[in-house]
Amino acid sequence: MNENDAFTEMDPLTIKKARRHISQNEGLIFEKSLPGKRGMELPPLDVPSIDPAKTLGEFARHGITDFPEVSEIEVIRHFTRLSTWNYAIDLGMYPLGSCTMKYNPRVNEFVARLEGLATEHPLQPDEVSQGCLRVIHDLQKCLLEITGMDAATLEPVAGAQGELTGLLLIRSYLESKGNPREKVLIPDSAHGTNPASVVIAGYEVQNIKSNERGQIDIAHFREFVTDEVAALMITNPSTLGVYEENIAEIAEILHARGALLYMDGANMNALAGVTRPGDFGVDVMHLNLHKTFSTPHGGGGPGAGPVTVKKILEPFLPVPVVKETNGRFALDYDRPKSIGRVRAYCGNFGVLLRALAYTLAYGPRIRQATEDAVLNANYIRKHLEDLYDLPYNLPSMHEVVFSDARQRKHGVNTMDIAKRLIDYGFHPYTTAFPLIVPGALMIEPTESESKEECDLFIDAMRSIAAEAETNPEIVKTAPHATRVGRLDEVAAARKPILRWRPRQNQDAQKAAASRGEQAPVVPTA
Amino acid sequence: MRYLPKSQSERRQMLDAIGAKSIETLFETIPAKYRLRDPLKLPGPLSEMEIIDYFKARAAENSRGYTSFLGAGVYQHLKSVVTDALVQRGEFLTSYTPYQAEISQGTLQAIFEFQTLMSQLTGQEVANASMYDGSTALTEAVLMAERLTRRHRVLVADTVHPEYRHVLATYAKHLGISVEEFGFTTTGQADVSAISDETLAESAAVVVQSPNFFGVLEKLAPIAERAHAAGALLIDCVTEPVSLGIVKPPEEADIVALEAQSFGVPPSYGGPFVGVIATQEKFVRQMPGRLAGEALDAEGRRGFCLTLATREQHIRREKATSNICTNEALYALVVTIHLCLLGKEGLRELASQNLAKARFAQDELRKIPGVALPFSGTTFNEFVAEFPRPVQEINRKLLAERIVGPLVLDKYYPQNERRGLICVTETMPRSEIERFAAAMRKIVAN
Amino acid sequence: MYPAEFRYTKDHEWLQVNGAMGTIGITDYAQHALGDVVFVELPKVGAKVKAGEVLGTVESVKAVSEVFSPVSGEVTEVNSELSTSPEKINQDPHRSAWLVKIKLADANEAAKLMDSKTYTEYVAEKEKEQTA
Repeated sequence: MNENDAFTEMDPLTIKKARRHISQNEGLIFEKSLPGKRGMELPPLDVPSIDPAKTLGEFARHGITDFPEVSEIEVIRHFTRLSTWNYAIDLGMYPLGSCTMKYNPRVNEFVARLEGLATEHPLQPDEVSQGCLRVIHDLQKCLLEITGMDAATLEPVAGAQGELTGLLLIRSYLESKGNPREKVLIPDSAHGTNPASVVIAGYEVQNIKSNERGQIDIAHFREFVTDEVAALMITNPSTLGVYEENIAEIAEILHARGALLYMDGANMNALAGVTRPGDFGVDVMHLNLHKTFSTPHGGGGPGAGPVTVKKILEPFLPVPVVKETNGRFALDYDRPKSIGRVRAYCGNFGVLLRALAYTLAYGPRIRQATEDAVLNANYIRKHLEDLYDLPYNLPSMHEVVFSDARQRKHGVNTMDIAKRLIDYGFHPYTTAFPLIVPGALMIEPTESESKEECDLFIDAMRSIAAEAETNPEIVKTAPHATRVGRLDEVAAARKPILRWRPRQNQDAQKAAASRGEQAPVVPTA
Repeated sequence: MRYLPKSQSERRQMLDAIGAKSIETLFETIPAKYRLRDPLKLPGPLSEMEIIDYFKARAAENSRGYTSFLGAGVYQHLKSVVTDALVQRGEFLTSYTPYQAEISQGTLQAIFEFQTLMSQLTGQEVANASMYDGSTALTEAVLMAERLTRRHRVLVADTVHPEYRHVLATYAKHLGISVEEFGFTTTGQADVSAISDETLAESAAVVVQSPNFFGVLEKLAPIAERAHAAGALLIDCVTEPVSLGIVKPPEEADIVALEAQSFGVPPSYGGPFVGVIATQEKFVRQMPGRLAGEALDAEGRRGFCLTLATREQHIRREKATSNICTNEALYALVVTIHLCLLGKEGLRELASQNLAKARFAQDELRKIPGVALPFSGTTFNEFVAEFPRPVQEINRKLLAERIVGPLVLDKYYPQNERRGLICVTETMPRSEIERFAAAMRKIVAN
Repeated sequence: MYPAEFRYTKDHEWLQVNGAMGTIGITDYAQHALGDVVFVELPKVGAKVKAGEVLGTVESVKAVSEVFSPVSGEVTEVNSELSTSPEKINQDPHRSAWLVKIKLADANEAAKLMDSKTYTEYVAEKEKEQTA
């Protein structure tokens, strides 16, 4: 089918959220470059100038080949055009399950750029860092109150680093008791980073199967918890968006055998202000500030993955630790039992600061955000469960997981439905995760969506379910309205082109390839 | 609450649609005894103005009004307002990792440009889409070398940033990698002669930094030659990439771990920064981190997508090459925009200014009786100076003059209490260098 | 479908014995499960492997799979064509897309592997599990 037909076929009454719009073309910045142009000028040098070639001798470099040369207006146009090719929270709902794509308040950006905060050097003396140290200290206090724990480190710069930090803390604690043990238990519904982190912490992964309700089977679990087990690493609510009903009992079983309970706080957006992991038996957990605490994803980072712990793990926290004495703050490096350091300096301070701004905006009213997030997920579920298969029919919290079982009968899978959502003006939900649901559609609306936006999403999903029956081809070949269609990822992975190179080089490589020589990186046009 | 787009009546309508009596019903799976009855004890709620006031008050408690000579992996450089205007566009700021290529072409093309810029800068063939920072990039580079060589020892010069080495040690400890450190010579360069051939033959990599922690440039070619002869790799760490505007790129290295903060990213008390790994094509499948690659759609239109994703943890799980999930895409974009603005000539001029200013400061300090520059190696914008009394003591007096003085090396290299690390970039006015030298002269004389 | 002269493993490798030599590849079932193969990593010639040890990896866009050696021995030849044309594994897994040739350390090891009939049943069982 001609793709333009496919798009014009889209009835504006059906697709309410989006319509077609001019999209500017733009090449690579290197393709615009011409010698002699520049986009930034420096103030004149106020000390005697020197000749680098002479001063540096054998170390001197004589120019960088093919480095871009463009003017300021060209840079502005280039990146502005590029930006219009992205979907973003600022444009609409981002129902990516497990990712908690909520509104990123603009005031957070403003305060992160203040002179006196953005300008501070991490190694400057504590005497002139009291403001930064207090930001860290205040955020720690908030996170401890929200999670119900005793101590924190804000050093990890991502969820996965938080996981590793937490596991190393467990390891050091158990070592101090005489035996670090060998295994960490992980349910099959876990995030992929969990097993990867376990291995880096020097443990062996033991997967445990969820029962038919997607939960941990207590009787079965009890057998797994031997003296070899260091910890259970669990996500609660699980990646099915369901609260682990036996979590407190699970904690007791672990504690009775000297093992600890690690909670992946990826789904804390379902709990903040309603319940506290510290109260239901969790010993150590990490938070994703770029999820629950609204710091922007920025196309893939930065993030921050603070870890909060119970008292028993405090001596092992990474250095440095922020210490308060009579209202003065200092970085404490003298921590003989510390696991070491997972990142230079004090972690992603700029992210911490934004998270604090977010927390201050809500204060105790953070519960309202959690309630709205859960309300949205249940509202969407209610309006889609007659058309999409619900493999685990349990009460949903902040996200709902459907499967494509009904659409698959028409040859339409979760990825196709996700791609078709793009035509309807939405970012896709999370596909094919959790692994325990074949063909999963994982939908997390967050509290940032109005009823109106939820209704538009529901309309879109219902309309696509109908298309899957009446016109599956239009779904399977989606998206039809984007700048580029589905890209040939297989060809891209077989012969990766990972950088631009000038044309003459490209011709040489092509010639080499035609002679049968290996040319894994082929330059671009 | 201003971030929540619902009225009370809409909430009621939605609950009715669900068939729930109250919002509390939706939380009933949480056992009642674990549900909070009272609101959390948190400060707030604060209005926008109050939030700004809180942070302005914090900013006032920091080093505003002080002149700082600190570097050590975090540098104050000029930046353009253009960069900030562009990265604050919501389409960049509030987008997710570009897994859905069709609606993420902006981020993906920018990443592709970033990879190209980093390759050009380092003289390597390929670079990844960014890592957390330089310290984790270095750690990942070592893990990569271990996978490539299947050797489990690594030799690290102690002229590599001490905090980077600390991160490496923390990661290596439980992975069965033995990290061994070696010293430096009177030039301030890594003393590779201290490594025996036998050790080298069992090692995955030799790790150096250039300019190193003392600001001294390393001669990579002879180190690479020795490493390669023994089947080991050379990893070069770069914490001050502005140097690459005028200093020969680390082409001899097999893996380069770089911190790109210098290119438009504010110091921000230590992060977020931008780590990068650059390497050769033949090693790319062992390289951690995301990668954007060129691809065509069915109509033959050029686009970009994340590629070689099988190296990542969501597919490999416990067999992943790293547990890194997010990277620092937004700051990689800052770096990309900043470098496009600077361009070929701008970067060269910037680097030259750094060299000139640091040389000027060296000359000023050398004139002070009792102050010496202990290392004879070639430096870029940072250098070590030795003073007649402990740096800690000098710094207390400098602080009273609103100067943040040299980094006390004693903190990382015991018995170096009279040595300090000084950084002078293009942002430092001549008058401040002179004021620093004058204050130093007075303090040293007393 | 599955050549009668081959022997098979539970991890979906095949082995063809020819005197003291063996040829190893992955089965049609394995290539199908992986999808479009984009990269193959093979051992060096001269490498000594034990039965059950990792011989290499086969990657598709969405998955990566380790190849385990069905038998012990020394690698005498690797199929270097696969490094430039990994798609061959999808096209012709049982013939031209062999992975390595190996000098068998123990001629009796091959006998412990499944024959074509048993493997065909094994795969049918697997497929049934998948659709259940």
